[in-house]
Amino acid sequence: MAKLTFATDVCKGCGLCVNACPRGLIVIAKDKINKKGHSPAEITDESKCIGCACCAMMCPDCVITVEK
Amino acid sequence: MAVVFSKPKALTDAPLHYCPGCTHGIIHRLVAEAIDDLGILGRTVGVAPVGCAVMAYDYFSCDMVEAAHGRAPAVATGLKRAMPDRIIFTYQGDGDLASIGMAETVHAATRNENITVIFVNNAIYGMTGGQMAPTSLPGQVTQTSPYGRDVKTVGYPIKVCELLSALDAPYYIQRVAVNSVKHVAEAKKAIRRAFENQIEGRGFSLIEVVSSCPTNWGMTPQKALDWVESDMIPYYPLGVYRDKSKEA
Amino acid sequence: MAKVLMKGNEAIAEAAIRAGCRHYFGYPITPQTEIAAYMAKRMPKIGGTFLQAESEISAINMVYGVASAGRRAMTSSSSPGVSLKQEGISYLAGSDLPALIVNVQRGGPGLGGIQPSQSDYFQATKGGGHGDYHLIVLAPASVQEMADLTVKAFDLADKYRMPSMLLADGTIGQMMEPVELPEETDGSGVEKPWAVTGTENKREHNIINSLYLVPEQLEVKNLERYERYKIVEQNEVMYEEYMTEDADICVVAFGIAARVSKNAITAAREKGIKAGLIRPITLWPFPTEAIAKAAEKVKGFISVELSMGQMIDDIKLAEGCKKPVALCSRVGGMIPSPEQVLAAIEKAERGEF
Repeated sequence: MAKLTFATDVCKGCGLCVNACPRGLIVIAKDKINKKGHSPAEITDESKCIGCACCAMMCPDCVITVEK
Repeated sequence: MAVVFSKPKALTDAPLHYCPGCTHGIIHRLVAEAIDDLGILGRTVGVAPVGCAVMAYDYFSCDMVEAAHGRAPAVATGLKRAMPDRIIFTYQGDGDLASIGMAETVHAATRNENITVIFVNNAIYGMTGGQMAPTSLPGQVTQTSPYGRDVKTVGYPIKVCELLSALDAPYYIQRVAVNSVKHVAEAKKAIRRAFENQIEGRGFSLIEVVSSCPTNWGMTPQKALDWVESDMIPYYPLGVYRDKSKEA
Repeated sequence: MAKVLMKGNEAIAEAAIRAGCRHYFGYPITPQTEIAAYMAKRMPKIGGTFLQAESEISAINMVYGVASAGRRAMTSSSSPGVSLKQEGISYLAGSDLPALIVNVQRGGPGLGGIQPSQSDYFQATKGGGHGDYHLIVLAPASVQEMADLTVKAFDLADKYRMPSMLLADGTIGQMMEPVELPEETDGSGVEKPWAVTGTENKREHNIINSLYLVPEQLEVKNLERYERYKIVEQNEVMYEEYMTEDADICVVAFGIAARVSKNAITAAREKGIKAGLIRPITLWPFPTEAIAKAAEKVKGFISVELSMGQMIDDIKLAEGCKKPVALCSRVGGMIPSPEQVLAAIEKAERGEF
């Protein structure tokens, strides 16, 4: 069990976290738009997250904080 | 629950101006993580280049200097000579370090100047809109090589790690990449090592980071990382090119 | 204090050390190499840095680094080398960094020659590099002044947070004269809270920078800088007047040209011609008021230069085109003889300018 916090407003929706997640849990929320006009990343099912932080490691904008 | 990953203290709260998916952000974070891990934030001074990372002075929370194009190693030399107990790093792109600043780079290396150089190689001039860089690959299409880099007329890309490791003096030279989780982890170690070398007074360390430029390469961020793997890394092999700690 | 016999270039170097400068970066070029040679000998013995840089460009950027750290730094060169430094000088000005640049001028343009010249006057006083900025420009006319003005240049640079230039020439650089060396200081008289010395986690980070992408901000920076320049112009003008009280003909000359002119003025006085000299010591700020005051009573001016007529423009601006201004010059490494200057004075006395 892990907890991901997204600083949604600085996300640029680049999607590098999406590919980094070994469990395929992250998606770009196409139906949402943040302050900057990007569709931000979000986690689909946090209960399956193992807190490996691969997503955060690939994020160029320090959007994701990982707790475990 | 404990925080296992968060933004390092050596970065300010300023949002990065880089394009979506630009790996400058990852490399900034790796530098900042090294500064945090080594507990040197209060005594570090960074030197920003001219190029996409010109505004790095707003992003790192240590003291910062903005240098003229290519001159960061000379500015860093001045800073280090004036303050030998401070940790001085430069953060430079390929045009800055390998074209206009080649003399400064080579001579700082051959003096084994006790500084840390972070060299971001994304094979293009990003800030000015995608011109051919000294590290653009043969055949690579850019704004100023619209028919592909023709090595017969403009020559071959410069392999900085190979070039500098021909010198006797430099202490540590390594090429890493940030196109995958595994490579980012390796890059993190290398950058930390480059700072440790300076703390121990060993001399010149340069970490070349093979990076991407989705916007000017005309690719999605992930496609750009894939191109790093398929095209960049074969031309710029990763690895340690100089490690004087291993020499007798 | 006892006087010592020294070369002009060496006097600069020793005075810089006594002013607390511990960081010198240079690149070999005639006719100023004695400065580097002196620094190479002395700096290692006093815990300072002498570094022969890979280029003039690197040298000025090393100076930029030391200046960013809030320490006194200098570089020296001669004309072609100073051209190379212009990029860094513009960045120093744009980042409001104090530093000393010494130009022991030689003939130009291009590679020119190695004999003395004053033909970098425009480059030194009108910017030299890109953008709106000034340097404080000091022009020594003796070995004593090589020493004194070096100290002054560091002090003014620190006081006003701007680069200063010692604009000498090959003659004074190579000349030997007795000199009384300045007192030793550590050069830390001016607080530099803006310097990048590491935050020690106790303050916000300092940034040394000349980039302002928002035009309103860049404009403000320029306006602020020019406010400071105005104060420099009000407070720091230096010049020498020689026999000007009753002068009909006013010679204006600096550096080696002023020394020659003094001989010519003495000779003119012997012939009954009332000639005098205004010798600018600061070329920027220029002694505009002194020239304007002289314009009220003299018949005309003669600009004696080792250039094709550069300072003459500033004289004309200062006297407001009220009186004629003649040019008396030699170039290419040649120096006007006292006879040549005397002839110009006699011509002026006849009303021929």
